[in-house]
Amino acid sequence: MIKKYSLNINKKVHQVEADENIPLLWVLRDNLGMEGTKYGCGVGSCGACTVHLNGQAFRSCLLPISALAGTEITTIEGLSANGDHPVQKAWVDLDVAQCGYCQSGQIMSASALLKNNPNPTEEEIENFMSGNICRCGTYSRIKKAIQLAATK
Amino acid sequence: MKKTNSNLSRRSFLKVTSLSGGGMMLGISWFASAKPEDSLAELNIEPVWQEVTSFVKINTDNSIKIFSPNPEFGQNVMTSLPMLIAEELDVDWKQVEVEQGNYDPKAFPRQFTGGSQSIRMAWKQLRTVGSAARQMILTAASQAWNLPVSELSTSNGMVTHAFSGKSETYGTFAAAAAKLPVPKDIVLKGNESFRLVGSPQKNVVGPKIVQGKPLFGLDYREPGMLIAMTERPPAFGMQLKSFDATAAKKMPGIVDVFAIKVYQDDHKFAGFDTRSFNEVIAVVGKSTWDVMNARKKIKVDWEVASEKKEMGMNHRENIVPSGLESTKKHYAQMLEMDKKPGKIERRDGEPEKAFAEAKHVIERTYTAPFLAHNIMEPTNTFAHFVGDKVRFVAPIQIPDMMVPSIVARLGIPRENISIELVRMGGGFGRRAYGHYMIEAALISKQANAPIKLIYTREDDVSGGIYRPSYQLTYRAAFNENKQLIAFHAKGGGVPESPLHANRFPAGAIDNYLAESWVIPSNITIGAFRAPRSNFNAAAEQSFLDEISEYMDKDPIAFRLELLQRAKDNPVGKTNDYDPSRYMGVLALVRDKSGWGKSENAGKKRGVSAYFCHNSYAAQVIDLRVNGEQVTVDQVTTALDCGVVVNPEGAKNMAEGAAIDGIGNALFGQLTLTDGRTDQRNFDTYRMIRHNEAPKKIDVHFVKNEIDPTGLGEPPFPPVFAAVANALYKATGKRFYQQPFQPQLIG
Repeated sequence: MIKKYSLNINKKVHQVEADENIPLLWVLRDNLGMEGTKYGCGVGSCGACTVHLNGQAFRSCLLPISALAGTEITTIEGLSANGDHPVQKAWVDLDVAQCGYCQSGQIMSASALLKNNPNPTEEEIENFMSGNICRCGTYSRIKKAIQLAATK
Repeated sequence: MKKTNSNLSRRSFLKVTSLSGGGMMLGISWFASAKPEDSLAELNIEPVWQEVTSFVKINTDNSIKIFSPNPEFGQNVMTSLPMLIAEELDVDWKQVEVEQGNYDPKAFPRQFTGGSQSIRMAWKQLRTVGSAARQMILTAASQAWNLPVSELSTSNGMVTHAFSGKSETYGTFAAAAAKLPVPKDIVLKGNESFRLVGSPQKNVVGPKIVQGKPLFGLDYREPGMLIAMTERPPAFGMQLKSFDATAAKKMPGIVDVFAIKVYQDDHKFAGFDTRSFNEVIAVVGKSTWDVMNARKKIKVDWEVASEKKEMGMNHRENIVPSGLESTKKHYAQMLEMDKKPGKIERRDGEPEKAFAEAKHVIERTYTAPFLAHNIMEPTNTFAHFVGDKVRFVAPIQIPDMMVPSIVARLGIPRENISIELVRMGGGFGRRAYGHYMIEAALISKQANAPIKLIYTREDDVSGGIYRPSYQLTYRAAFNENKQLIAFHAKGGGVPESPLHANRFPAGAIDNYLAESWVIPSNITIGAFRAPRSNFNAAAEQSFLDEISEYMDKDPIAFRLELLQRAKDNPVGKTNDYDPSRYMGVLALVRDKSGWGKSENAGKKRGVSAYFCHNSYAAQVIDLRVNGEQVTVDQVTTALDCGVVVNPEGAKNMAEGAAIDGIGNALFGQLTLTDGRTDQRNFDTYRMIRHNEAPKKIDVHFVKNEIDPTGLGEPPFPPVFAAVANALYKATGKRFYQQPFQPQLIG
């Protein structure tokens, strides 16, 4: 059923008319034209669509719009004004990306991890990040980038 | 310019054009009828281009734009190809802005991403572009200052006259340079003079990637664009019988539902025309969510397809068998084929006699399943068909290979097809097969609207163009002194053979036999990072490990011994590899990993080496096994790919190859039951994850002056056997069937 929703995304309120079951992923990409949040699997298994919901990492492909009332959503577009979040800078410094498609989601997971655990151990990084698949195999660089960002 | 030292064709020459803003643009082209005295005016006629081409633009403000011609899927050619031009142009890399060239066979004749060939093919051509531009700038400066060229020098985009202290930017002379004839002799730098080539440079797109910019095909949109998806048979071997879309058409946002035929029945299939299903039902609607929901409402009758004959190019008939195939049956069929005589691919000496006289024979059979590419960005393409023209925005590895098929299917002239090339969220071979472009064009034509065709992850996994399932049986014969006297490789697959009969250890053993066979199938297969090599290496390098153990020899020493034989006194006329370079990577990985050193005595380590795509790679892998869990502590990679253009990007690729190889060796499999894939998404298709990645990866390059020979694929194949050989050390068990990890359970 089509309903009206008010979403707080990147500190801005967006009015959206949409089906109550539509996942946030497709609201962002199709309704709002915010394409930094990527579609990878649609079943919460790859992490490409990771966003922050009240500061925690969530898979936006599993979040129906009807569940988002009163929440603060942050997407990769809202992580920093100019791509200068410490995690983004570490990603550039260590030349992490290959194809780059999964990296929005990796960065959103990594920034949520550091927000809640500023000095994670290697094992904590590995476990937290295990929901994010990188098909090109940049895991080693991602881990180093998170460790670098943690020092900033 | 008949004589240059850049080894270009004699008919080649460079093309200059003035930019409206007063700058110059330089390209390189291969003109059928070029004369050395061709002037700028004559060069403005429509050229016929034949090989690699690229452009550099120099603006009056001294900004430099370099177009990267080849499609980018993460191999980082958008950085490394422009580096070649910038090196010879002698500009500051920071001045350079890089832009992806769109499909334009007149400007960029080799827009091909595959086979680890981009840098290899561009190595001299793109440097020639840069060098010619630099020489023209120098000539223009010499004329403006009335000074001999010999007294001028360049550095960082500046021309300097040392005696007088004069110094101006390239941009100052760009407009005048653009009016000059193209130089006849173009000199390239010697490798010892490189300043940029060989220096680590970051991915030029990195800052955009970390901000999630809409770089990918799936991110493309424009006003009025509709979304399309296709409903296809639930299993290989099935086809559309009939469907009822009444309910689907009533769903919110749905514009139309109709069937399309990807290729006509009489289509002559070229090499990259492979598609999983020929007739599919297109659903077109306003949004992705609308279309996803409407797909579920289509009532479809599928039926088992009968045997088909498809015409290949060169009038070769390809049989697509009928039936619903299963992995279990494939493995049984492959074992059956192994018992029958195969097609002899190579025979040296008297292998049958040697085996008959042998004191001992070791025989082992290796298998591997189908693998799905699992490109992170699912398959997609934008197409807008208007009148007799079609415009694409497409993630495609080899656009030029698809154009003839688009021409044939849509009946429009080649020049009416335009393709904007977008960054690809992975490729690995999957995006060499551009049937989705034809699907998108047909849907746009029928819907009379611009559309973006999207595959869901389930579409991609369950209807893929897979790495084939393979089997290889090796036999080694020994005399009473445990000396290797004969070698037999017999391999095949569903539906192609992986065998490379002229690769190592052919050439190193007096009595050698290689046989192949195939099993026809309706499962669609195609190139997957290092096709065939990715399995050959796994099987061969595991087998060599096992026989070296029987012979009481160190695995690396044994390989080096065989290679020394191939170098000193090769068997047979055709051996595809260079034993010296092979030995080079083995020696490097031995030294860098501390192989055989007492402090490493307790480590569970395996070694492997392979040659493919003109380059050589070796790995030593250290791992631990705890129950069903494998922890890879370290990967040491040695790579000989000739001169390394961008060590940062090259290391990243080799690290990725190690992780990709470990993941596929341990977990990768696409299995089928009655034509239906058992895996449909990442919840059932196990991919390697962060906590399973190696704790440390070291990459070492053999330093030499060999022109670049390729990088993306070569470090991938040997990983599988290095894992298998290390697992043997850890568990005492040999691993013959991929994937390995399920065999640790129970």
